[in-house]
Amino acid sequence: MFDSILQNFFNALQWGSFYSLIALGYTLVYGVLRLINFAHGDIFMVGAYIAFFVATFFLGNAVSPATALALTIPLTMILTALVGVSLERIAYRPLRRKGAHRLYVVITALMCGLILENGNLAILGASRKSFPQLLDKSIYTIGPVSLTNQKIAVIACAILVFLFLQFVVTRTKTGMAMRAISYDKFAIPLMGIPLDTVIVFTFVLGSSFAGLAGLLFALSYPVLDPYMGAIVGWKAFISAVVGGIGDIRGAFVGGFLLGFVEILVVAFFPSTYRELIAFTILLVILYKKPTGIFGVAGTTKI
Amino acid sequence: MKRSFVLGAMLSAMLFAGSALAETIKIGFNIPLTGDIPKVGEASKFAAEMLKEEINSKGGLEVGGKKYQLEFIYEDNESKAESAVAAALKLIEQNEVLAIVGPNSSKQAIPAGQVANDNETPMISPWSTNPDTTKDRPWVFRAAFLDPFQGPIAVDFVKKQFGAKSAAVLFALDNDYSKGLAEIFRTEFEKKNGQGSITAFESYSSKDQDFSAQLTKIIASNPDVIFLPDNYNEVALIVKQAHDLGWKGPFMGSDAWGSAELMPLCGKDCVGQYFSTHYAAAGAKGDTKVFIDRYTAKYGYAPDDVAALTWDATRIVLTAIQDAGKLTGNVRKDRKAIRDAMAAIKEFKGVTGNMKFDDQGDPIKCAVVVKIAEDGQFTFAESVCP
Repeated sequence: MFDSILQNFFNALQWGSFYSLIALGYTLVYGVLRLINFAHGDIFMVGAYIAFFVATFFLGNAVSPATALALTIPLTMILTALVGVSLERIAYRPLRRKGAHRLYVVITALMCGLILENGNLAILGASRKSFPQLLDKSIYTIGPVSLTNQKIAVIACAILVFLFLQFVVTRTKTGMAMRAISYDKFAIPLMGIPLDTVIVFTFVLGSSFAGLAGLLFALSYPVLDPYMGAIVGWKAFISAVVGGIGDIRGAFVGGFLLGFVEILVVAFFPSTYRELIAFTILLVILYKKPTGIFGVAGTTKI
Repeated sequence: MKRSFVLGAMLSAMLFAGSALAETIKIGFNIPLTGDIPKVGEASKFAAEMLKEEINSKGGLEVGGKKYQLEFIYEDNESKAESAVAAALKLIEQNEVLAIVGPNSSKQAIPAGQVANDNETPMISPWSTNPDTTKDRPWVFRAAFLDPFQGPIAVDFVKKQFGAKSAAVLFALDNDYSKGLAEIFRTEFEKKNGQGSITAFESYSSKDQDFSAQLTKIIASNPDVIFLPDNYNEVALIVKQAHDLGWKGPFMGSDAWGSAELMPLCGKDCVGQYFSTHYAAAGAKGDTKVFIDRYTAKYGYAPDDVAALTWDATRIVLTAIQDAGKLTGNVRKDRKAIRDAMAAIKEFKGVTGNMKFDDQGDPIKCAVVVKIAEDGQFTFAESVCP
């Protein structure tokens, strides 16, 4: 029994890492713009597909898998960031300029997500893509626990990304500007802070890490389909809310919390009741603390 | 003046279309072209197109001394139950098809079968193996064997091949096929190996990508074999993750593994595993080989069991139409005649083997167990006949 708990602990760390990485993107955008970017789960999906095409391109040109991986990581992040920024430019900025209510922007985000999903379906077809193996998989067995090098890399990445974002938001000037915008986006331009630049920067951060999450996800679960981002994205959003949306620590902790709850429920109860029990637990947490674990009560929320 | 001209043009176009339609036979296909298992829809469509081209190039299907061109209408059911119902209704009411082939998965075939039965339209599912699809539905038929037959085959095979005295099962909770077969396997296995011989009986939902918690539980229970009555796309992930978690034992699969897309997704992790299915493409003879060669030449990959079963199912429909004698042009009357003719077919020789039909509209036919070879081919291991 203890053996499988230990194994499940690492399973949960890996699974929670993905929720965390995606939740960070939700929370960044929300923290700055007070906008729930519902297209974020689909940006994650686009990231996985970009990683697929970049990786197969390099492998097709006789680059060794290790070099291909080294090139795929930055390229995927840059290209996915471009997708995120274009979305902001095409869909969200015009609405913001016209002073549209946040509700309309959220609906726009939902629609953008659907467009990304169905655009992918229309262009690439419904057939699944098999992600090439870029990392030579080695399985380490330490006592009762089996770990792969991929699993360790995923967990390490999630932690590093969190530390990096926490540093950017709390310790840099740009981070200060980001936080300032969330307080008062009308007064900020008067202080000489370029509003649009900071917002673009936020989208670059959120989307590039969604791209990284997509790449890591594709490495761990190498079957890609156009809807892969929908459910994971929703659940990551839920974990961002449970952690306290708008707070980097909240997204990080919330992601792992959901991962642990989902995995441990299966470990102790019949797997038939997984979602039922998992989401009941989250509901209870929100009932006790409606603003989430790290959240502070805001006056206007969607 | 202008309006009446347009109206007249529309009327004559409709009349013209009407007279042209009288010379065709319309058959609907309710298949998953997108969604979870798009390769299944593609295989069905490819097989049907091949059959249609063959018959239409010879001038059409001869019914009662008159030749009719075939018109196949493909409706995408997105691999969802509700879309399968909508697709069936559209084919029946809007397209006025004489018969429906599909849906393939039991998850869609069970609700769509209800629609076809209520609307008195003959329907034949190529791939559905759950008993409920045809049960007490005189208008619904199938070309595949049933899970109460397939389950025991898996039980006997793992005992013989691996000497398995215990087994674990991982199935999709929201998939009628997977759940039904998992339960049959459990009952049968416990009957033969005693209570408690199923060490773990775990489930997931169809959109899941991470199975580590269930697999950790399964591996900790230390079974001799893991039975996976799951769709090929999930199998690819489950098998890989089980190996990552240190599982070195065998897997046993069911006919939902048998897609041409299994190996591209699963790769070397699936090599050496066994599953029960409808036919083995490698090493086939006679008509089956002719079919396989033509399909491979046309589409560039060997037909999987869905393709072969769709071929058979469509041919059963066409045979029934010919047996019906003549077409009156009255859709309701013709549907009834086709249903009666289909129910009257006692024996049918298909590319997936000979089938005899019982009074539920289910075929009695042999199943095969195949092994996944090093090169990704599904090679014949054993044949089991009822």
